[in-house]
Amino acid sequence: MPRLVSHPDEVIVLKRRFGQGAAKIDRYIELDGYAAVQKAIAQGAEAMPGWIIDTMKSSGLRGRGGAGFPTGMKWSFVPKTSAKPKYVLVNGDESEPGTCKDHLIFREDPHAVIEGAMIAGLAIGAKTGFIYLRGEYRTLLEIMERAVADAYAKGFLGKNIFGSGLDFDIITQTGAGAYEVGEESALMESLEGKRGVPRIRPPFPAVVGLYDGPTIINNAETIANVPHILLMGGEAYAALGTERNGGTRLFGISGHVERPGVYELPMGYSLRRAIYEVAGGVRGGKQLKAVVPGGASCPVLRADEIDIGLDFDQLAKAGSMLGSGGIVVLDETVSIVEFALRTIQFYQHESCGWCIPCREGTDWIKKTLTRVYEGGGAKKDIDTVQYIAENMMGRTFCPFGDAAAMPTLGFVKKFRKEFEDYIEGKKAGTALMPEERDLIGVGH
Amino acid sequence: MADVTITVDGKKITAPAGSLLIEVCKSAGIEIPAFCYYPGLSLQAACRMCVVRQEKVPKLQTACTTQIAEGQVFFTDTPEVIQARKATLQMLLGNHPLDCPVCDAGGECELQDMTFKYGAADSFYAEPKNHREEQKWSPVVYFDRPRCILCYRCVRTCSEGMDVFALAVENRGSSSTIVPNVPAKLTPDNLAHLDCEQCGMCIDVCPVGALTSGTYRYKTRPWEMNHVATVCTHCGDGCKTTLGVRSTADGSEIVRGDNRDKSGINSDFLCNKGRYAFDFANSSERITQPLVRQPNGELKAVSWEEALTCVGKKFAELRDTRGGKTIGVIGGNRLTNEEAYLLQKFARSVLHTNNIDHHRTADYVAFAQSLAGTTGRAASLRETLTAPAVLLVGGDPTNQSPATAWNLRSNVRLNGARLYIANTAEIKLRRQASAFLQVAEYGYGALAAFLAGDDSAANIAAPDSAALASFRDAIRSEESLLVLIGNDLRGAELKRLIDFGLTIPGTKFALLADYANSRGAADMGLLPDMLPGYTPIGPIDTQDPSSRIALEYRSPTTPGLDLLEIFEAAETGNLSAFYVVGSNPIARYAVDPATLKNTFVVVQEMFLTETAAIADVVLPAANLYEKSGSVTNSYGDLQQVKKAGDRAGVRSDFETIVRIADKMGADVRKLVPFGPVSNAGGTRADMGQTRGAQSGEADRHAVWLTANNLEPRLSPFDPSAILDEIQRLVPGYEILRLQLLSGNDQHLSPAAAPIRDNAGLVQISNRRDLVLPAGDTLFTSGSLGRYSAILNDLRQFRPRQSLIQIDVQTASD
Amino acid sequence: MSTIANSIFSPELAARFDKLVTLYPVKRSALVPMLLYAQDEVGYVSEAVIQEVAQRLDLFDLDVRSVLSYYSMLRTKPAGKYNVQVCTNISCMLRGGYEILDHCKKKLGIENKQTTPDGQFSLEEVECIGDCCSAPAMQVNYEFHDELTPDKVDEILDQYAAGKILDSTQKDGK
Ligand SMILES: Cc1cc2nc3c(=O)[nH]c(=O)nc-3n(C[C@H](O)[C@H](O)[C@H](O)COP(=O)(O)O)c2cc1C
Ligand code: SF4
Ligand code: SF4
Ligand code: SF4
Ligand code: SF4
Ligand code: FES
Ligand code: FES
Repeated sequence: MPRLVSHPDEVIVLKRRFGQGAAKIDRYIELDGYAAVQKAIAQGAEAMPGWIIDTMKSSGLRGRGGAGFPTGMKWSFVPKTSAKPKYVLVNGDESEPGTCKDHLIFREDPHAVIEGAMIAGLAIGAKTGFIYLRGEYRTLLEIMERAVADAYAKGFLGKNIFGSGLDFDIITQTGAGAYEVGEESALMESLEGKRGVPRIRPPFPAVVGLYDGPTIINNAETIANVPHILLMGGEAYAALGTERNGGTRLFGISGHVERPGVYELPMGYSLRRAIYEVAGGVRGGKQLKAVVPGGASCPVLRADEIDIGLDFDQLAKAGSMLGSGGIVVLDETVSIVEFALRTIQFYQHESCGWCIPCREGTDWIKKTLTRVYEGGGAKKDIDTVQYIAENMMGRTFCPFGDAAAMPTLGFVKKFRKEFEDYIEGKKAGTALMPEERDLIGVGH
Repeated sequence: MADVTITVDGKKITAPAGSLLIEVCKSAGIEIPAFCYYPGLSLQAACRMCVVRQEKVPKLQTACTTQIAEGQVFFTDTPEVIQARKATLQMLLGNHPLDCPVCDAGGECELQDMTFKYGAADSFYAEPKNHREEQKWSPVVYFDRPRCILCYRCVRTCSEGMDVFALAVENRGSSSTIVPNVPAKLTPDNLAHLDCEQCGMCIDVCPVGALTSGTYRYKTRPWEMNHVATVCTHCGDGCKTTLGVRSTADGSEIVRGDNRDKSGINSDFLCNKGRYAFDFANSSERITQPLVRQPNGELKAVSWEEALTCVGKKFAELRDTRGGKTIGVIGGNRLTNEEAYLLQKFARSVLHTNNIDHHRTADYVAFAQSLAGTTGRAASLRETLTAPAVLLVGGDPTNQSPATAWNLRSNVRLNGARLYIANTAEIKLRRQASAFLQVAEYGYGALAAFLAGDDSAANIAAPDSAALASFRDAIRSEESLLVLIGNDLRGAELKRLIDFGLTIPGTKFALLADYANSRGAADMGLLPDMLPGYTPIGPIDTQDPSSRIALEYRSPTTPGLDLLEIFEAAETGNLSAFYVVGSNPIARYAVDPATLKNTFVVVQEMFLTETAAIADVVLPAANLYEKSGSVTNSYGDLQQVKKAGDRAGVRSDFETIVRIADKMGADVRKLVPFGPVSNAGGTRADMGQTRGAQSGEADRHAVWLTANNLEPRLSPFDPSAILDEIQRLVPGYEILRLQLLSGNDQHLSPAAAPIRDNAGLVQISNRRDLVLPAGDTLFTSGSLGRYSAILNDLRQFRPRQSLIQIDVQTASD
Repeated sequence: MSTIANSIFSPELAARFDKLVTLYPVKRSALVPMLLYAQDEVGYVSEAVIQEVAQRLDLFDLDVRSVLSYYSMLRTKPAGKYNVQVCTNISCMLRGGYEILDHCKKKLGIENKQTTPDGQFSLEEVECIGDCCSAPAMQVNYEFHDELTPDKVDEILDQYAAGKILDSTQKDGK
């Protein structure tokens, strides 16, 4: 289980209750639990939805699932009235390699997710919230289920919550192993008992979502932030971060660092300092080679590109992404060819297969890179990989195709020389994969 | 939706707002490639072939999902767009076998066309392609996995179109594959199977050669076949089909049927029978030589001349000695209109008998009489696809009229039509119904009465009176209604239902029968009491136009015996001769063969059926795929039948009837008025100009003979000669000749004279058995179906899973 | 209809399923959880599981197959009592995930996706399991074990072999 770590540079908002037994409802209440939802209800039925959404807008909170969409704005897209029931859907599918922050939230502060979902429901007029956890998180699902049961037992969930006259129910749900199900529309399909194949958009979920009702889908971390924001005020939260990037965020730093862990840092915090100070620097005093700044889907940064603030806009400007906040650090011993291969293996394995460019593109990149890795490559294979990736970009049915193509392009563009050398027999780094590998295959 | 104007490649196009860009472009002549898009099926946006550039939009857009709005600007063939499509093809082809030279789809393959167009054949992959063995999912559906491009058309056509749900995707990513509903591990032969309706729609929509037809695969190439547009012989829907025919040693063989050009009344549909069940034509059991019973009781093959002479002589002798009244004639439901017409004319004018009938599978007499005096009240099959509200009483279209069922499902799905079903059984179409009413056994008459306002009929009509009342309310609230009536309703109860329907202004009707020309058989007067066009038989009145036919025929003026009475006559020794053309009444009506032991029985048949087996003379007949003419489906849609197959030794029923008449010494020119205008009854002989290529041989011959002042001897066998007469004499058959000959369907309303004395109705009411619905399923087709090896094979693969009420959610998406 | 006569599941699980199908606006939503819970009890998604789940949800067997084959945690063949799932994705790979996998192979004497002859252990190489900051990580059934070294793996597997660690599905959530 990810261990709890801390660092003086951390700015603690979301982690406030971590390590304090807040999974127990009484403890959670002692630590201001369920105060935010009551504060919202206290605004009065009329004013409440607008107040919540305004607070969220002013907080500058942007989605923590990867795309960084402003949360308050997302909520405001939901139509006020709807013939079909509205829903809140919490995305706890957390499967982006390098990311384990939601894991900690579910374990350390499950009620924050419940309370956040309730507030989201009050904001849009939904009576039901779903909390979807990836199948591997069974132990965490059980913690969530217990928390939900406790909240019902206290009368916090169900009918007439906190005397508001409004009802709210929460249903927890488990996945069963599929990264693509984290994509919001595939998530809805999965929750409806289907294959995790995305939906055509438009219509967007805010208008036609789960069971055809208007639905907001947010990452678990996004949702867990909501009670804190309501208690501290939108502006105060926003002030912790940078312009258009409010607040703090959980960064999971993993790979070749001395002190890997999930740290809460203000948005815009320096990547260099995150690696060298917060996470204790490169393991064993080695040289830094590269960083994947926000989970496996984000294009790699070279060692000379880390003087950058960790927010959505700065990373986008640098040609990468903040993604899910999973910072993976690679030291000088890493072979980029091998790292690129392991990355595309993942995408090939996880592609839902619906559309041609992604299904076939990931497969061919993987096959070609495997051959290169095994010593049978030619220089034109690098062009082939780049050609396929470029022709996946922006052409696929859902953003997964981009998520697979972007890192690939990052590797072959930024480390082309290393690929060429590798093909010529001058291999950089130490191989981590054993020679006899059997690649994971799906299917039964 | 209001019209909007968009610009595509610099061209201004106006179309309703919200239309799909891909369709808008198609109608403007701008072709956009598409694998996953298929008109009428749900949108997928999966293949990414239809990408186009839209002004001011960052990413390429898929034309198959883009709904147009005012002022949008698109580019469909910029270098960027072409490159995107090319790259997609290249990725796809990486694993595609590109075995076009041996692939069934070669020459008709959308992938092949695209590859050619975008120059994507050069592969940059060094890896070997995945190979997998072809799978036989059923006798008619084969799957070649590496060829599959995962466009999901098959899955959708089976679920959305067929409502069968027999295909799905398994696994994910590059392991994804289409699978059938019975996995290998559950079958004795350890191969995956399809438990389904075997319609082959999935094969038809497959853009590549991944799904192939068991009857066609590896047999020929598309360009080596003759393609003949004709009509399916099996059920009363009369689907238009294009048969692929190749030559064989003893004639020709039909190797496939499809309706890809969607030109017919059946839009893109064919069921398993239409698509595969033509193999009876090549059955080894087929009779190809005339058989005559010998004194020792055995049937012996003889020459046509000998057999015809025997029949002609005997018929003439029995007519002259015992009288036409002792001769009975039964026609078939799969004869052409021309043959049916000719047969009754022959019976009436040559055999001098009105003892003529056919196996009636629906009560068209009551139907026609109920609609007498109305206009525009008979519906075409096409209307099942467009009517906003449909009431289906009785019947089971899924099994008995599959094209009707397909159209109804499509209409509900695509147009939101309201389907009301009243049935004694829980028929499958109820899944598409907005209201389903369980009717009590024998409750249809009461239901009709209740609908018409007789509340006292309620408890006989349906067990649930509340449901019954709300059903009536729903129907009465409709402004116009298409009423489809199953053939379990007949006589008075049929009339009652129609009378009720006629009270709703825009209502139209159709009565569903069982075979390709059941309706035509009735229309053409294979009836003891009705001349063609439901013209009642009675005293001749030279002033009354309805006496015209009888006048020309000089036929008996009293009604003859119906089918049941004919057998009764045989039993009492009053039937001297029995002439059966394309029917198997012995089996149908479970007649004891001994009844006919003193009757001279002549049967024109393809096979030694129960009826043929007791005949004194069996004359080998051609089937509907081996002749030309026209047929009329249950709805009254008239279509042209063209000769596709050929079998040495057999003759069309048309020719055989004419030859028998000739052997009897009848004036053949009177029977088939072909020749100069001066001849019989003002025929408009057109020398073949307007007749399809199929009758070309006879025509060319005839034209040459006429030009040389010789008697055109082949001409009496040309059905178009009799069509002239049908057109001239039969009420309701005011045909547009050009329409027919150009392969288009036209809709005819039955034009019965108003009922004089309720004769027709009374007759049926007292003798329900006279109308005997065949009760065929998807896998049977009367006696004929027994000789289709493929149908017999397929029966083992029919859907077995109980119908499952799926969530509304699933059904709608 | 939610209760099934002659359920193949234990009374507890059958009761749980009876309830589960009533929870959602559309009962098909229970499909993925049901398959996973059924697998936990039966050991894999057997034909009998497919059929009963389909029946409970009014689905065709084919629908169930199509869905189950999408999700990588669902298996149609039995696995060991303890299913050892070693992550080799990027964060784990960088910190020795492949070494751990290799070590498990040697220790258990089986290859990827195989089961020990005594049916105690099976081994699987898996994608990221969401424990990247404590890499290398693995799961035994649903229990996380991380910051692994070969020695630590030995210790853990020995404990399972001795029946000492209960997996958390049997434990109270904390
Ligand atoms: C392939 C793919 C996988 C994703 N996986 C996750 C995930 O595991 N968790 C998550 O919260 N968002 C994931 N997302 C993002 C979601 O689609 C969605 O944007 C997000 O849940 C919205 O919540 P947010 O606005 O709070 O970030 C994924 C997106 C893609 C394209
Ligand atoms: S890009 Fe296409 S194949 Fe890939 S996950 Fe999305 S929909 Fe599936
Ligand atoms: S042949 Fe079977 S699988 Fe194919 S569309 Fe018809 S019913 Fe479905
Ligand atoms: S079998 Fe044919 S129709 Fe079906 S998905 Fe494959 S290519 Fe498309
Ligand atoms: S629906 Fe009837 S007419 Fe059409 S193909 Fe089938 S059997 Fe032939
Ligand atoms: S036709 Fe538009 S994506 Fe396939
Ligand atoms: S990479 Fe191994 S747990 Fe995330």
